[in-house]
Amino acid sequence: MSQESLHAGDGPPDYYVPHSSAWPIIGSTALFVTAFGAGHFIQQSTDKVPTATGSYGLWIFLIGLAAVAYMMYGWFAQVVKESIQGLVSAKLDRSFRQSMFWFIVSEIMFFAAFFGALFHARVITVPWLAGASDNLQTHLLLWPDFADTWPLFLTPGGGLTQAMAAWGLPFINTVILVTSSITVTLAHWALKKNNRGALKAWLGFTVLLGAVFLVLQVVEYYEAYHALNLTMASGIYGSTFFMLTGFHGLHVTLGTIMLAVMLIRSMRGHFTPDDHFAFEAASWYWHFVDVVWLFLFTFVYWF
Amino acid sequence: MIAHADNIPSGRHPLVKFILRWLLTTNHKEIGTLYLSFSFLLFFIGGAFALTFRAELAQPGLQFMGADFYNQMVTLHGLVMVFGAVMPAFVGLANYMIPLQIGASDMALPRLNNFSFWIMPFAFGLLLSSLFMPGGAPDFGWTLYAPLSTTYGPPSTDFLILGGQLMGISSILGAINIIVTIFNLRAPGMTLMKMPMFVWTWLITAFLLIMAMPVLAGVVTMMLTDRHFGTSFFEASGGGDPLIFQHVFWFFGHPEVYIMILPGFGIASQIIPTFARKPLFGYASMVYATAAIAGLSFVVWGHHMFATGMPLATELWFMYATMLIAVPTGVKVFNWVATMWDGSMTFETPMLFALGFVVMFTIGGFSGLMLAVAPVDFQYHDTFFVVAHIHYVLYPGAIFATMAAVYYWIPKWTGNMYDERLGKIHFWTAVVALNLTFFPMHFVGLGGMPRRIADYALPFTGLNTFATAGAFLLGVTQVLFLYIIIKTVRGGPKATDQVWEGAEGLEWTLPSPLPLHTFETPPKVD
Repeated sequence: MSQESLHAGDGPPDYYVPHSSAWPIIGSTALFVTAFGAGHFIQQSTDKVPTATGSYGLWIFLIGLAAVAYMMYGWFAQVVKESIQGLVSAKLDRSFRQSMFWFIVSEIMFFAAFFGALFHARVITVPWLAGASDNLQTHLLLWPDFADTWPLFLTPGGGLTQAMAAWGLPFINTVILVTSSITVTLAHWALKKNNRGALKAWLGFTVLLGAVFLVLQVVEYYEAYHALNLTMASGIYGSTFFMLTGFHGLHVTLGTIMLAVMLIRSMRGHFTPDDHFAFEAASWYWHFVDVVWLFLFTFVYWF
Repeated sequence: MIAHADNIPSGRHPLVKFILRWLLTTNHKEIGTLYLSFSFLLFFIGGAFALTFRAELAQPGLQFMGADFYNQMVTLHGLVMVFGAVMPAFVGLANYMIPLQIGASDMALPRLNNFSFWIMPFAFGLLLSSLFMPGGAPDFGWTLYAPLSTTYGPPSTDFLILGGQLMGISSILGAINIIVTIFNLRAPGMTLMKMPMFVWTWLITAFLLIMAMPVLAGVVTMMLTDRHFGTSFFEASGGGDPLIFQHVFWFFGHPEVYIMILPGFGIASQIIPTFARKPLFGYASMVYATAAIAGLSFVVWGHHMFATGMPLATELWFMYATMLIAVPTGVKVFNWVATMWDGSMTFETPMLFALGFVVMFTIGGFSGLMLAVAPVDFQYHDTFFVVAHIHYVLYPGAIFATMAAVYYWIPKWTGNMYDERLGKIHFWTAVVALNLTFFPMHFVGLGGMPRRIADYALPFTGLNTFATAGAFLLGVTQVLFLYIIIKTVRGGPKATDQVWEGAEGLEWTLPSPLPLHTFETPPKVD
């Protein structure tokens, strides 16, 4: 790939503008294959709808995901290479920082949609179904036995479930995530003091905590499905519970992968005390995931 | 556009080179061109859907199609026009013009820019493929209301959802790129309060996109899990509520409406000063008014749901907050008029479209005020009056603004002047046709004709026949627009660098046509 420097001369170019790149079109094609496969897979597996791809939806979906992973690996590797070549100026670095910030803002709004659904259900829908405000007649006509409780143990349609207790696994997971936010900061301090040993140790420990969190979440889900009859299909409580904790778990998975990549890069000698934006971006993301969890713990588990 | 040979390794077939150039490009002008061409294509597709159901509405009874196909056409028309025509057109203009207007050499993240664009054709491939699926395309309106889209939606709804998520990714990444470009790549001396209004409005629009699009992604995800994984977000028997869908959707939907109009405000604020030969009146108040509109857009979503069940206090809040938007919008209209006051005005095509924008968007603004009044909205809700309102803000609003921008900047892009006589014919036929199409909808709506129904009562026949005739004329005028653009790209009187006598701003200091790379050394702004 050719490169263009805006200011010829020594040092990094004022702003590196790559001429052309194949990674974006590989990425958009991969996203399309993923979405196409996901649609067919979902229809084939949950509705038994005959679709054009027979029963291959899952495979198309997985191929798409693999292609997305390949694109991300290749694209990021390209950017890392450019950074090592010294093409990243302070100005380009600012662009990276600002875009990561706005990306996290968009992620916050994604979670806000599900929190909005949760609050509406708890504050308005469930009381209304039980006759609050001016809905007494609807209540008596449709589900006269329905009572307003949260967690919603008994849905209007008669589905029964139990609540996930806050102070068991979820609390342990809270401690794990808060600790991991501290350890990733310790890793960052170590990096700034150029203490590579401590950097790798704290970062490795953070990745481990992320992995333990995920394992415990799997245990929690298993318990929910098998001991508590708490499933995605057990009414609005189960819906909001699994949507919020599920997407959060997905983000923890991504964050753990990011931090693991930073660990590998640290082992290969990447990053300097004053130039390590990728590490910072991954740790911002990790803090974001942690803060979302604190909201989850408060509103999904605790109150 | 100038072919740029060093983009692609040499020694390949010219066709391969051509395709690779457009697939791999990271140049903001080329990506802007791609966005604008793509949106024009989808504009015609969405228009064809509209003409299909307008043909059905020409007479009462069912002549050409069943009610279900009619609903599919209405749904796809809305989705294609909102997400495929209007939004990419503005993003294309942003890509093309923002770096030129702030003195940057390109967008902040050029590869991400390519990614944002090339997701779009795939997303719309998924959406439009739904037409050919068993059970037909989605048929519940572009607002995707549950339970029509969950319990009763056809199988193709899943592909609408997935396509919508891809569009969301594209919009968010595009918005991040625009916001970072504006914050980080301005030329020395180009302070925030010196930025052209188009840049300002897009900065605020990009913020709205980042805040709103993820919420759309969230709500369609809940649709998907309700459809297939047994969740009951929108299902009362499970303790959920279709109103949750409406709240979350409109929390996205109302900012979305401003995403489709704020860049239009910016374009009018560029063009009117040029042809009035006076600086924009009240620049700072324009900036603050735009920010105020954007802020308010997040707290007014309930006005779409007055008739569907909310506590009284909430209805009052949404009513007053909505009416408050008229204040900053009024500031803007006042400033446009004050800019023209005592100016030496000329009326070239871009100015005509900008003036059409101001006058007819204001009609849409006033009908919006009527709809904002909760007690009377109970009467207007879900009638053709709402259709008239939304089309007055979007057609002479967003679409006229886009056309004004194309006429305004196309001499700069191509180096050729467009055909002024044809441009004026385009404008005047479009004005006549669009008022013929949409004005009668106010009357049939107030008379009680519901929207999204293929048939109607006999007394509405005359006005509906007028509207259909207007719609077909409107379609023809846009073919003329396509012809004018092709003609301009192919040749025409040479444009000067400044193009318009009264034009000010960095983009007019560059040569016409634009070289592929501009402002490689940032200009100094005093």
